Amino acid sequence: MSNDTALSRRGFFTKIGILFNGLVAAALAVPIAQFFLSSITRGRSNAYLSWVPLGPVGGFPEGETRLTTFRNPYVMPTDGKTVETACWVRRIAGDQFQVFAINCAHLGCPVRWFPQSGLFMCPCHGGAYYRDGARASGPPERGLFEYPYKVQDGMVTIQAGELPTPGAAIAAHTGEKPPCAA
Amino acid sequence: MRSLIDKIGDWFDRRLQLAAPIREAVEHPVPRSTASWWYVFGSAALAIFVLQIVTGILLALIYVPSAAEAWSSLQALNHDVTLGWFIRAMHGWGSNFMLAIVLIHMMQVFLFGAYKFPRELTWILGVFLLLMTLGMAFSGQVLRFDQDAYWGLGIGASIASRVPVVGPAILRLLLGGPIIAGATLSRFFALHVFVLPGLLIAFVGLHVLMVLKLGINEWPMPGRVVNRATYASEYHELIKKDGAPFFPYAVWKDLLFSACVILAVAACALYFGPFGPTGQPDPTIIQTVPKPDYFFLWLYALLSLLPPSLETPALLVGPVVVIVALLLLPFLAGEGEKSWKRRPIAVLTVLLLAITLGTFTRLAEVAPWSPHMSAWSGDPVPVRLLRGTTALERQGALVFQVKQCRNCHSLGESGGQRGPALDRVAVRLTHDQLIRQVIQGGGNMPAYGKNLSPAETTALVAFLQTLHPAGQAPARDASRDAVLSDSPVKSSGGQP
Repeated sequence: MSNDTALSRRGFFTKIGILFNGLVAAALAVPIAQFFLSSITRGRSNAYLSWVPLGPVGGFPEGETRLTTFRNPYVMPTDGKTVETACWVRRIAGDQFQVFAINCAHLGCPVRWFPQSGLFMCPCHGGAYYRDGARASGPPERGLFEYPYKVQDGMVTIQAGELPTPGAAIAAHTGEKPPCAA
Repeated sequence: MRSLIDKIGDWFDRRLQLAAPIREAVEHPVPRSTASWWYVFGSAALAIFVLQIVTGILLALIYVPSAAEAWSSLQALNHDVTLGWFIRAMHGWGSNFMLAIVLIHMMQVFLFGAYKFPRELTWILGVFLLLMTLGMAFSGQVLRFDQDAYWGLGIGASIASRVPVVGPAILRLLLGGPIIAGATLSRFFALHVFVLPGLLIAFVGLHVLMVLKLGINEWPMPGRVVNRATYASEYHELIKKDGAPFFPYAVWKDLLFSACVILAVAACALYFGPFGPTGQPDPTIIQTVPKPDYFFLWLYALLSLLPPSLETPALLVGPVVVIVALLLLPFLAGEGEKSWKRRPIAVLTVLLLAITLGTFTRLAEVAPWSPHMSAWSGDPVPVRLLRGTTALERQGALVFQVKQCRNCHSLGESGGQRGPALDRVAVRLTHDQLIRQVIQGGGNMPAYGKNLSPAETTALVAFLQTLHPAGQAPARDASRDAVLSDSPVKSSGGQP
């Protein structure tokens, strides 16, 4: 250990080599991280959401709740049938609607509508909701997720594109401001 | 002939120089007491892992990791490709056996005190191996891209989204986009086929290496206490006095058991066949009752039975607590008694965990918390309950079915079990209490006030009041009798 203060030629080049590799790694880390996190960054400021037509107003009788499907606006070529999405459309009266996500507010299983008892029931853990989507019983802590809707040129149109979940991602669906879009 | 083989062997070994270290490894001395049937689970887990790698590669020859084609490629494996069903079945059953054996191995290691000094790191790597094996089981279930896989992912997504602050980011990272779709399957494929197996191979290698370096845990004797200062020399002494080479002294039991386990996997595969796929992963098909694979059933039960307000904290904090406890175990109890005979708390812990997980799994197989979605139209009201009833009561039975009460309440053993069975409800609730319960709900029952006309309610309650055993009178409110009869209550309290 006599030359630990003196830097040898070989030691110097080894250090240069390590430093150079570190620089290359750091430079490559940027595109790698950008690629890896693209599904997060792309979703910022609700870029995944768009307005999707569900069908003419006349297709939804007043006072009834009907199952309908729409194609998710963000599609990749390998998605197959998974981009087809179901939702429950309740026409209260006139242009007054409620469009519920199919996913239970508990853990996302598909809820089914029973018009006779006026209840949505979930087959997984037994969550139940009233006709207006409010929680009736079971493990869900809240009512069904609702898509924002508008009636345009006689078409019922909803703002959709993201999987509704109990976390903050559904804030956009419920009209609250998403925390990351500030 | 013999000399030719020797010559070829020598030629390779001059270059590889592996013969000596391999011989040293397989002939390393082990305490004679460890040549026991209790010490065969680790090697059996390794044998199944190798089986999983082989069958996994074979499946990858046909399987297409695309959300549009995965399901049909599984159909092709099941029906078109020669013995494709058998390889799928082996891989599926191999997964179940691997998890079961890993859990038994872990239990044995825990009860034999093998995690104590100096084998702490072996245990910690083992904890990670367990987590990765669970990860393989879950991602494997996703690759079987059917309805269960699709909605199972939805449940995973719902749980992930509940993480405070970063939940939405984790969700999008997990799904690879805004919804469960092609990118989701692709990233679970990468996880299941590249990331986790790579880590598993590396960790298994280190795990086995440490068993060789540190020596297998000796058979625990009550009173032989682990002490950091003296353990190494005691173990050395034990091996010297009562040791035998692993090969051939102990290895035959490992070999025999591993072969039996692989044979059992093959037998299950032959007899029961492959798992699914169930229906197509089409989210517009909502007539589905998703259920997780066997080893996640306990979680399904837990998610149904936890009080709603406790669910998110339990889901997010629970796993962290369990994993940290497992990782800290060898540091908190690194010395002392190894024998289960002197560690009652350890034995009770294992029993408690086994009974809890077993009970939850059994409950999830029955799933009494799930409404029977077609009971209202599929399960008729037992005829004996309608015999001798009035027209109003029969109308009530009709209301009972049509309003889907049956989906959650059973009559005569059929119907949902979400709510209590109603065969004897009239004994428990008075007329007024029945009306109140139907109209207002409560106790986890929805309120039906807005969905029943007064006539329907009257009929329904009239029917419910007939539901009592033949010799037992329905419940009644004595004070109400008194008010209605407009006379002082008789001391006998008989029916007016």
